[in-house]
Amino acid sequence: MFWNSLILALNAIRRNLLRSFLTVLGIIIGVAAVITMVTIGRGATQSVSDQITAMGTNQLIIRPGQRRGTGSNTPEFRQKDVDIIKNQVTGIAGVAPYSTISSNVIAQAKNYTTLITGTTNDFFTVGNWELGSGRKFQQAELKSGKASCILGTTVKNNLFGNENPEGKRIRIKKFTCEVIGVLKSKGQSTWGTDQDDTVVMPLKTVHRRLLGSLDISRIAVKVEDSNKITSAQRKITELLRESRRLPDNMENDFRVLDMRQIIKTLTGTTRVLTMLLGAVAAVSLLVGGIGIMNIMLVSVTERTKEIGIRLAIGALEKHVLMQFLIEAVVLSSIGGVLGLILATGLSVAGANLMGVPFLFDLRINILAFLFSASIGILFGFVPARRAARLNPIDALRHE
Amino acid sequence: MALIQFKNVTKTYGTGENPFPALKGLNLTIDEGEFLALMGPSGSGKSTTMNIAACLDTATSGNYLFQNISVENLDTHQRTLLRRNFLGFIFQGFNLLPRSSAIENVELPLIYRGDKKQDRRSAAYEALEKVGLSDWQDHNPNELSGGQQQRVAIARAIVTNPKILLADEPTGNLDSQTSAEIMSLLTSLNQDSGVTIIMVTHEQEMADYSSRVVHFLDGQIRT
Ligand SMILES: Nc1ncnc2c1ncn2[C@@H]1O[C@H](COP(=O)(O)OP(=O)(O)OP(=O)(O)O)[C@@H](O)[C@H]1O
Ligand SMILES: [Mg+2]
Repeated sequence: MFWNSLILALNAIRRNLLRSFLTVLGIIIGVAAVITMVTIGRGATQSVSDQITAMGTNQLIIRPGQRRGTGSNTPEFRQKDVDIIKNQVTGIAGVAPYSTISSNVIAQAKNYTTLITGTTNDFFTVGNWELGSGRKFQQAELKSGKASCILGTTVKNNLFGNENPEGKRIRIKKFTCEVIGVLKSKGQSTWGTDQDDTVVMPLKTVHRRLLGSLDISRIAVKVEDSNKITSAQRKITELLRESRRLPDNMENDFRVLDMRQIIKTLTGTTRVLTMLLGAVAAVSLLVGGIGIMNIMLVSVTERTKEIGIRLAIGALEKHVLMQFLIEAVVLSSIGGVLGLILATGLSVAGANLMGVPFLFDLRINILAFLFSASIGILFGFVPARRAARLNPIDALRHE
Repeated sequence: MALIQFKNVTKTYGTGENPFPALKGLNLTIDEGEFLALMGPSGSGKSTTMNIAACLDTATSGNYLFQNISVENLDTHQRTLLRRNFLGFIFQGFNLLPRSSAIENVELPLIYRGDKKQDRRSAAYEALEKVGLSDWQDHNPNELSGGQQQRVAIARAIVTNPKILLADEPTGNLDSQTSAEIMSLLTSLNQDSGVTIIMVTHEQEMADYSSRVVHFLDGQIRT
C-alpha cells in the first residue's frame, strides 16, 4: 500500500507541475530568507567582536575632559601621570601614552598626509600590535627622542609601494626620520577608520619636533586579569584626581573608559540588528507559508472532487491520506532541501561581499526547515484529510 | 434471488429550516441478472436511489439490503469493500481524473484493490478494448469526446468484474449512434457475463433494452 501511495503521490506531483512548483518555491523562499539573514547577521556580530579583540581587550582608555563640555581648558596628561599609573597600579601589563598630530610625510618625491603617533613600546602590548618587519624602538631611542619611525602598512604602501622601506628616511615637516620597521596590518576598525594609516614614533620625538609641548592626549592601559579591570579603573581614577589636584567637591576632568563596555554596546547593537533581520526573515517565512497555504487551499475544490472519485471507486480513507501526506512531505522536503542549499550559497556570497565570516548555524537551519516543511505538510494534508472523511458523494459534489 | 432490496427507504437532504425529502419511502427489489431501467422526471430521486444502491450515500431511514446485508450497519471501510468488490458505478457526469490518461483512470480501482502491476495493466487494457477505446489509452479525458469519456467511465466501472453495474444516464449526452453502441455493450455484459444492471435514463429507446422498467415520481415509485 505504501508503494502504491508513493507512486500515486509522485504521479499527482508530476501532473500538477505548476502547483507543485509554486509550493516548492514558497518553501524555498521562506527557508532561504531566514537562514541567509540570520547567518549573515551572526557573521557580522562575530566580525565586530573579532575587530574589538584585535584592538585589544582588557583595555582601559584614559582621556582628558568629560563627555559634556569637553572644555579646551581641561589639562592634558603628562609623563608623570603615566609613571604614576605604571608604578602604583598593580596587575598591569602595559601603559601606553599617545600624542598624536596630523602631518604631511614625504619620501621619494611622494607625499602623504597621515596621523603621527608618539608613544612607547607599550603601544604594541596594549594595542595588540605586531611588527610585520623590522624592530621596535630601542630604550636609547625612546630616551633621547631619536628620529626613528615605524610605518603603518597604508603609509608604507603609499610612500614605498612594494619596496622595503627599512633604513630609508622620510621627511616630516622640518626633519627626516629613519624607518626602522613596518606594523602588521589590522585593517579597518569597527568605526570604519583605517588603523594602518599611521606613523609611530617615540613619544619624545613627537613632543620635541612636532608638538612643541609635553602634552599626552590619551593613555591606554592593559590590565593582566580581566577580573581586575574595575579595581584598576577605580585606582587610576583616584591617582589621577590626586595628580591633577582635584578637590573632593569637583567632578573628574578626565574619563577612564572600560573597553569591555564598548564591546558590549557594539555587539549588543549588532545582536539587535541580527534579531531585526531575523524578524524580517521570519516574516518572509510566514509569507512563504501563506503562499503555500493559498496554493493548497485554492486547489481544495479540485482535490476534494478527486478524492471523491478515488473514494467512490474503492480507495480507503487511509489510501487517500497516505497519498496526500506523501505528496506534501515530498514537496516540502524538496523545497526545504533546495532552500537550505540556496541559503548556504547566498550566505557565503553575502558574507564575502560584506567581509564578514560565514558562520553555519545548525539550529536556524533545522528550525527554518522544520517550520516551512510543517506548513507545507499541514496545508497539504489537513484539507485532504477533511475530504477523505466525507461521504464519497459529498466529496464528489463539492464546489 | 434478491440481490438488492430497498425497504421503506427515505432520504432527506438538508437539515433544520427547510429539509428536502428526495426519497419518500422507497420499496424496490432487484434480482440477480436483471437489467433494470429507472425512469422519471428530473428531481424524482433516481440519482439518489443509485447513490444509495452504490453505497456512496446512506439512507435517512429504512433499510437498504445488499445480498441480504443491511448496509446501514456497515462502517465506511466495509462499505468501501462492498463497492470495491461487487459494484461498478457510472456517474451522471463522468468523474474521470482530469490529468490522468484513459488507461490510468481505468487502472485506478485495481490499484486500490491491490492487484499486481502487470495484472492491472492488462486488465485495464482489456476493459478499454471492450469499450472500443484501446487506441486511445494514453489520452487524457480533455483530449477525448464526450462519448469516449463515457466509455472510459464504463471501462473503469467494469474493469473489476462487478456483480452489479449502476449506470446513471450512461447515454445522457450522446448521439443515437454512440448511445446504441453503449446499450449493446451493456446488453452483452448483462446477457453474456451475467452482470446485474441498473440504469437511469430519460429515453424510452434506451429503456427498451432493459428487462424491467421502474418509473419514479416525486421520491416514490409510480404504480
Ligand atoms: N446534495 C443535495 N442537497 C440537497 N438537495 C439535493 C441534493 N441532491 C439532490 N437533491 C435534491 O433531491 C431531489 C432528487 O435529486 P436526484 O438527483 O435524485 O434527481 P434525479 O431524479 O436524478 O434528477 P435528474 O433526472 O435531473 O438527474 C432533487 O430535487 C434535488 O434537488
Ligand atoms: Mg440524476
